[in-house]
Amino acid sequence: MAFNRIDRTAKQIVLTIQDYSLFAWRSFRNLFRPPIYWSDFLMQADIIGVGSLSIVVLSGISTGGVLALQSAATLSAFGATAVTGQFVSLTMIRELGPVLTGVMVSGRNASSMASELGSMVVTEQIDAMRALGVDPLRKLVTPRIFSSVAMLLFLTIIADACGILGGAGVTVFMNHQNGTQYFSMAWEHLRHPDIIQGLLKPIFFGYILGSIGCFYGLRTTGGTQGVGRSTIQAVVVASVLIIFVDFLITHVLLTLFG
Amino acid sequence: MNGALSTARPSSGLASEASPVVELRHVTIAFDGPPVLEDVSFTVAPGETRILLGPAGVGKSVLLKLINGLIMPDSGKVLLFGEDLASLKEEQLFPLRARTGMVFQEGALFDSLTVRDNVAYQLIQEETIPDQEIDRRVREALSFVGLEETFSLFPASLSGGMRRRVAIARALINNPELLLYDSPTGGLDPITSTNIIELIVKQRDVHRTPSMLVTHRLQDAFALCTHRFDTEKDSMIPLPKGITDPTTTFLMLEEGRLIFDGSLHELLHSENKFVREFLE
Repeated sequence: MAFNRIDRTAKQIVLTIQDYSLFAWRSFRNLFRPPIYWSDFLMQADIIGVGSLSIVVLSGISTGGVLALQSAATLSAFGATAVTGQFVSLTMIRELGPVLTGVMVSGRNASSMASELGSMVVTEQIDAMRALGVDPLRKLVTPRIFSSVAMLLFLTIIADACGILGGAGVTVFMNHQNGTQYFSMAWEHLRHPDIIQGLLKPIFFGYILGSIGCFYGLRTTGGTQGVGRSTIQAVVVASVLIIFVDFLITHVLLTLFG
Repeated sequence: MNGALSTARPSSGLASEASPVVELRHVTIAFDGPPVLEDVSFTVAPGETRILLGPAGVGKSVLLKLINGLIMPDSGKVLLFGEDLASLKEEQLFPLRARTGMVFQEGALFDSLTVRDNVAYQLIQEETIPDQEIDRRVREALSFVGLEETFSLFPASLSGGMRRRVAIARALINNPELLLYDSPTGGLDPITSTNIIELIVKQRDVHRTPSMLVTHRLQDAFALCTHRFDTEKDSMIPLPKGITDPTTTFLMLEEGRLIFDGSLHELLHSENKFVREFLE
């Protein structure tokens, strides 16, 4: 009995991964084959990018500030508070900027995509779209995924900048250190591999949050309760996958660049 | 109605004159359990209206989705406009679906779009038709269903009957070669139901579009068979007593199996126990 359950669950997981892989591949391929719905790209870019700006700015400033507070306390024990700027900028650009933005944006947008598409599934709007000769993957999924990729890149840059500014605020006004020293340390120790790492990650994270949100939305079954379930699954899976993929990318890039 | 029914025109040869618009051959489908449809075979000829009867849950809506390629059978063949749907990729199905119009059970209107954008959905996606032309065709389609005033409204502000009529307008705007109606009068009051049946009769008699209508309401099914559309009066009028529309025929499902395929006369004189119970 227990073996049967394990067997069934394992098959379900393999099937879900297979479905997701096909789904992600078809969505990617649609970007290069007409019809491409550019107006939907722009609309989604506005919803995802502009709509998420406030949470990204606020979380960026707070995270940078906390990093400066925590690091200054630890670094002062070694008489190294001067490197606070370097610590905050590297941590924000390489890790916290992309991951935090990815998780925050996925909390806001993967959930909204899953619930929106899920509601369309349960009210037969997706079937109606297919019956009208329009491919929901092209019309709804591809614009959402690639708007997520493009917007997450810009949002990450904004989060990085806000984090460094937040750290500067705490360093100058709360820790009473020199602002020029903070910024020169933040700038001087920044290398190209750090920037590459910081800008490569949001591309993957954007793809993950967009595709997972749409994937779970379109798999919705079981009415309004099912919509709620899909929304939770989308946020949980997207967030966990972002953190896991972050580990993989970091490992690969550190191996490549040292 | 019993006994003395005859058809207004000879109905024989409808299917034989031209190849069928829809053909199902031994179709079976199941969803995690016993088959929903089992060994179902029938055709829809050009100009023919087929009414699919049966109680709730026998697979009527599933059958319509199979015809449109929205789902695929486990076994058997579905041919739409002569094309075997199972042999086509999803991308190849979209142009075929664009040639059909489908009215869903609850309308399935896009709730974030206005009535204008809902009705014009197919035309807007083509991206080649000017806005003025789209507006003109939307107004024409809305006028066909008597809802010109809803042009700028959102579906949420319409009644259930109005939503169904907008769904019919959306299905008709691209002059489909086949119409699929999924319980278009389900859950509506008798007056609104009659209005919708009148629209279906109008489409059948004015444009001669072949169609498949799913319903469990006998009064609607019989009204379709015993009325015609008078273009001069712009309304549905009853056919002379004992005369039925020859292009309108019936199918009946019982637990996923097709148990009846024939005219109203044959339906009313069927010896099948389930058919008799359903009619009574």
